[in-house]
Amino acid sequence: MILDAAASIGINIPTLCHMDLKGTCVKNRPASCRLCVVEVQGRRNLAPACATKCMPDMVVRTNSMRVIKARKTIAELILSDHPNDCLTCPKCGECELQALVTRLNITQMPFSGGELSQRKKELTPSIMRNMDKCIFCRRCESVCNNVQTVGALGAVRRGFNTTIAPTFDKMVKDTNCTYCGQCVAVCPTGALTEHDDTDRLMDDLCNPDKIVIAQPAPAVRAALGEEFGMAPGTLVTGKLASALRQLGFDYVFDTDFAADLTIMEEGAEILERLKKFLAGDKTVKLPIMTSCCPAWVNFYEHEFPDLIEYPSSARSPQQMFGAIAKSYWAEKMGIPREKLVVVSIMPCLAKKYEVTREELKHEKLQDVDYSISTRELARIIKRANIGFAELPDSDFDSPMGESTGAGVIFGTTGGVLEAALRTVYEVYTGEALPKIDFTEVRGLEGIREATIDIKGFPLKVCIAHTLGNARKVMEKLREGKLDYHVVEVMACPGGCIGGGGQPYHHGRIEVLQARQKALYAEDASKPIRKSHENPDIVALYKEYLGAPLSERSEELLHTHYSDKSIK
Amino acid sequence: MAEIKLACEVIKQVEDICEKHGNKPGELINILHECQGLHGYLPEPMQRIIARKLGIPAAQVYGVVTFYSFFTMTPKGRHPISVCLGTACYVRGSEKLLEEIKRVLGIDVGETTPDGKFSLDCLRCVGACGLAPVMMIGEKVYGRMEPQDIRKVLEEFAD
Repeated sequence: MILDAAASIGINIPTLCHMDLKGTCVKNRPASCRLCVVEVQGRRNLAPACATKCMPDMVVRTNSMRVIKARKTIAELILSDHPNDCLTCPKCGECELQALVTRLNITQMPFSGGELSQRKKELTPSIMRNMDKCIFCRRCESVCNNVQTVGALGAVRRGFNTTIAPTFDKMVKDTNCTYCGQCVAVCPTGALTEHDDTDRLMDDLCNPDKIVIAQPAPAVRAALGEEFGMAPGTLVTGKLASALRQLGFDYVFDTDFAADLTIMEEGAEILERLKKFLAGDKTVKLPIMTSCCPAWVNFYEHEFPDLIEYPSSARSPQQMFGAIAKSYWAEKMGIPREKLVVVSIMPCLAKKYEVTREELKHEKLQDVDYSISTRELARIIKRANIGFAELPDSDFDSPMGESTGAGVIFGTTGGVLEAALRTVYEVYTGEALPKIDFTEVRGLEGIREATIDIKGFPLKVCIAHTLGNARKVMEKLREGKLDYHVVEVMACPGGCIGGGGQPYHHGRIEVLQARQKALYAEDASKPIRKSHENPDIVALYKEYLGAPLSERSEELLHTHYSDKSIK
Repeated sequence: MAEIKLACEVIKQVEDICEKHGNKPGELINILHECQGLHGYLPEPMQRIIARKLGIPAAQVYGVVTFYSFFTMTPKGRHPISVCLGTACYVRGSEKLLEEIKRVLGIDVGETTPDGKFSLDCLRCVGACGLAPVMMIGEKVYGRMEPQDIRKVLEEFAD
């Protein structure tokens, strides 16, 4: 297409609907916004660059006066039924429509007065929908239907009544939406944004009666810098800790610590099932599947309730952190549970829903009070007037701030599996790993498989990211054609680095690649790179939990799933 | 929307229609057309069955159903009323006729009375312009109607 050819030689053609995250399945090519029109010599009308193929000897003018005038009119027509409350829009500054309107010097709205009707506003625990701001680019629909194969959103009705809505115009909470947030990640305008918890956090930080503690997820440190003008893939781990401290968090811990803890529990579960399997137990459920990704958990509860015994029962790192913080740590520090506010900083919007899950509550109270996204943290840092780029590096607090390289790579597809392999290998064989890096499980391909030799036992593993790829794996499992021992699933493209709460990638795959590289670099630079060698984890088991899968571990660190399918 | 449960034989019929069209997503409109012909309307569970059979998201089926005005998700009344809003009928006052029907029945265009007796729709020309303004109830055509005639006509349907 002309659009791709132009991009490959550095010529920018504007578009609001087209998106192609190359190398992943994230694609949207509806040719609906018409902003990419170009002049093709010998053709009477203007051609959409995203849907016109390049031909030999074609002469294309991408920026002629005729083209620019047409684009201006098209943008003015889009604005005719678009609210102009940019100043207070949550997408202000990141909005692709706003950027384009600025670039086209549109200072008046000649076609005002378009009808706005039947377009809903809705606030879910994770996502905020304001359909008045929708420009019908269909990116969310493509992602929800084709990439994630969830099918919770689609275009309904026609003309001015058109809107993108959940099936049967239900509220999102009544659908099979997994809250993966990928619709938010690709929305060019303020139609889909996150549920904002920044004001709530500010209130808690100001409240002297509360002890507020932070746990940032692995993928946050590889992306937060982008919000402050740094290149994608800049690691800001030390600045992140400093910024959280300056904001007034009483303790700054790290979700990476809980990722190590997850490996202890999930690794023990893998070994337990494998041992039973090798002893000839035919009832054991293999492959065991990872359960750290809350959108993936929602997906199999909705779509594959017949297979819910396969995923590990281990809670996600976010929830393990909350459970340990409000039991072990709170007891140790003598802080009453109700005074403690646990806030997670996540690359994810499904985490906002996960904290509210009934299954994860302790005596009807949440272990994690709320979760804010990477983007929300950036906004609070800006609001607090902190010069992020100039911040010195600092360390996380002890004991829940210590982590290993294995915990860090949780933020990328393949990372949880690699972390588990490091521990499972050593615990199973009782020997040190000859090579820590399992490069065979790395990459960005949608479904990857490998066979790992564990001293003569060929362990077959599989990694899938995006829910569409997860569906392929699950359908094979349902047909009894899946021959793996361990499967890792992440709902977002690239894993958490491409999460719905991350700084917007605006369709550039290089951003995800750089974030992934950064996490592996942080892993390589860590003195300890295996979860079971984390001294604070060792101490936690010794002082409090006993052993992985002990009675107390089961109570605090494991959960159960249920059939949540829509009949 | 009230919960609707489809009878087993209706489910079977819908599945058969999908089978007949090879369960092809490209046949969605034809399938919807036949299913509506069979049942009078396209309730939510029916659309879910079609989505499942065709292997497409229910969101897509619902998108098509809401896009085309021919498809409806509200059951028609036992006596469907259609008021002609074609040019000839319009200039002879069919809009006033429509307003009177709405007032008497207490329903809007596209709706059905709670007792399921009447449903109200508009159409464009039945080819009886000489009788304008025209309305139809079921298959029967009523010509040269005045708003004050409405109550009497509706009383004829005393089931």
